[in-house]
Amino acid sequence: MRGEVMVVGRAVTLALVLAALLIGGVVLSAVIGQLAISPAEVIGSILRATGIQNPWAPQDPILESTLWVVRFPRIAMAIGVGAALAVAGAVMQAIFGNPLAEPGVVGVSSGGALGAAIAIVIGVTALGSATIAAFAFVGSLIATLLVYFVARANGRTEVVTLLLTGIAVNAFAGAGLASMLFIADSGGREQIVFWQLGSLNGSSWPEVGIVVVATSIAAAAALILARKYDLLALGERNARHLGVNVERLRIVSIVLVALLTGVAVAFCGIIAFVGLVVPHIIRMAIGPSHRPLILASAFGGAALMVYSDLLARSVVVGADLPIGLLTSLIGGPFFFFLLYRQRKRSGGWA
Amino acid sequence: MIRAEDVTVELDGVTVLDDVSLEVVPGEVLVLVGPNGAGKSTLLGVLSGERNPARGSVTVDGRAIGSIPSDELARLRSVLTQDNTVSFPFRVSEVVAMGRSPWARQIEGRSDVAQVIAAMDAADVRHLATRRFTALSGGERARVSLARVLAQQAATVFLDEPTASLDLRHQEEVMRIARRLASEGRAVVVVLHDLSLASAYADRLVLVAAGHVDSVGSPSEIITAERVERVYGLAVDVHEVNGRPVVVPRRNLG
Repeated sequence: MRGEVMVVGRAVTLALVLAALLIGGVVLSAVIGQLAISPAEVIGSILRATGIQNPWAPQDPILESTLWVVRFPRIAMAIGVGAALAVAGAVMQAIFGNPLAEPGVVGVSSGGALGAAIAIVIGVTALGSATIAAFAFVGSLIATLLVYFVARANGRTEVVTLLLTGIAVNAFAGAGLASMLFIADSGGREQIVFWQLGSLNGSSWPEVGIVVVATSIAAAAALILARKYDLLALGERNARHLGVNVERLRIVSIVLVALLTGVAVAFCGIIAFVGLVVPHIIRMAIGPSHRPLILASAFGGAALMVYSDLLARSVVVGADLPIGLLTSLIGGPFFFFLLYRQRKRSGGWA
Repeated sequence: MIRAEDVTVELDGVTVLDDVSLEVVPGEVLVLVGPNGAGKSTLLGVLSGERNPARGSVTVDGRAIGSIPSDELARLRSVLTQDNTVSFPFRVSEVVAMGRSPWARQIEGRSDVAQVIAAMDAADVRHLATRRFTALSGGERARVSLARVLAQQAATVFLDEPTASLDLRHQEEVMRIARRLASEGRAVVVVLHDLSLASAYADRLVLVAAGHVDSVGSPSEIITAERVERVYGLAVDVHEVNGRPVVVPRRNLG
């Protein structure tokens, strides 16, 4: 069918564009910074690390450690967290049957941040960075479950109910974070403030490892479930009539959203709107079918986060802006625009 | 063959279906009629396995319907609900293709594209194939949903008020599709409000009243002025056109 060919053509174009964007962003991020490093030195250093000796590899150990201790883990973290948040958004929108569902907006990220803050305050961080991730996951999971069961009726979620539930969850998690801030010592306070603002500063390889492994597993699971998400768009009853075990799909998906959001929040704090903006743009480009949507969202989220982080650390000379501030600065107006359009279309806030 | 025996359904402590027994037979259009709130949709839900009865049993070819895995059940029966909304702007061809999903890992799944096109032709929506579902009118949506149910190729087809948002021509076309499905050897169960339309196309009518099956039989057996008046509380005249009853309310328009 001609329509199909057109769709496939657009998907290929999108894949190429995203790949180019991502590679370009990675190179730019490696090159740009307080210490200027040339693209040749970056490629040379990577080649040497894979065992290929070459003349471009930098001889200066400071250059080498800037790349491998500071910039590369940070870039890898941006890729992992961007993919995690965008996929979390796409999955959440699928199970809520609502394109405005997003981990940051409905309070799942705040829930995760509260979990992480509790971990810091009660001092279990001694067991390693995985502990904070586990606490963030539990916080995200509780928040997702809460929003899910409060905001849904007849298998769909009305925008108003969803946002009001989000306000309540965010308010509660905000109060929890404030209490933790109050209880914590000065070191803990700094960390909690960091969570509220979101930053990729200080990413380390072990943390990157946790994020990449968790994101890969969860994204793969989401891709396997993608056909069922398509059917869920018909409404819960119709999906059930087509053989979808809706209850099981729901539970698995809620765990996926909490896992993806939890690992992202655990190491980088609250970075809102990525899960809203990315799937939305992808849907406009290639349509709502979930398998390509989830795959493209992962790459789109990664690219967006790489550029956002580059901007965050280079827009003010000598300062590292919180990346959450940047994404909200872009995502806030975008969200407003979506709300406005939805309202115009449905003639009300339904 | 789907068979319900002594089925009782309670909702919030109220009995909405009381001791109902019914057989759905291949090759037959079975139409459920009755006043609002009589329990037609509930009965459809019980027969399609969506609702568990408090008492009684529902079997598909002798197997308890609750024991059949949901993906297998989706190959045995399809259901057209009145919910015609789709959360994201899928294309019409994509929505119809979703009807093929229960067959994804079956041999029959290989003829997917042909099945989707045939279903779109039957429901008169092929010209809409590349349109976004969310941009369609109510009647178009209803027909696309019907095409999706047809693409599912199940032995038993349940249609819950399939003519609700359709114009006269498309109402007749939907009922002709129901007849054709029956002539292919499928069992078709339709909930309808229009007694004349029901009489014109049904092999068997089930008149449901206040949670009971009031009567089952051919349209001319069931649709009598006396019975319609008693069940609906409205005086009617019953005429006969082409050997089928046509119901006209007695209207006193001055």
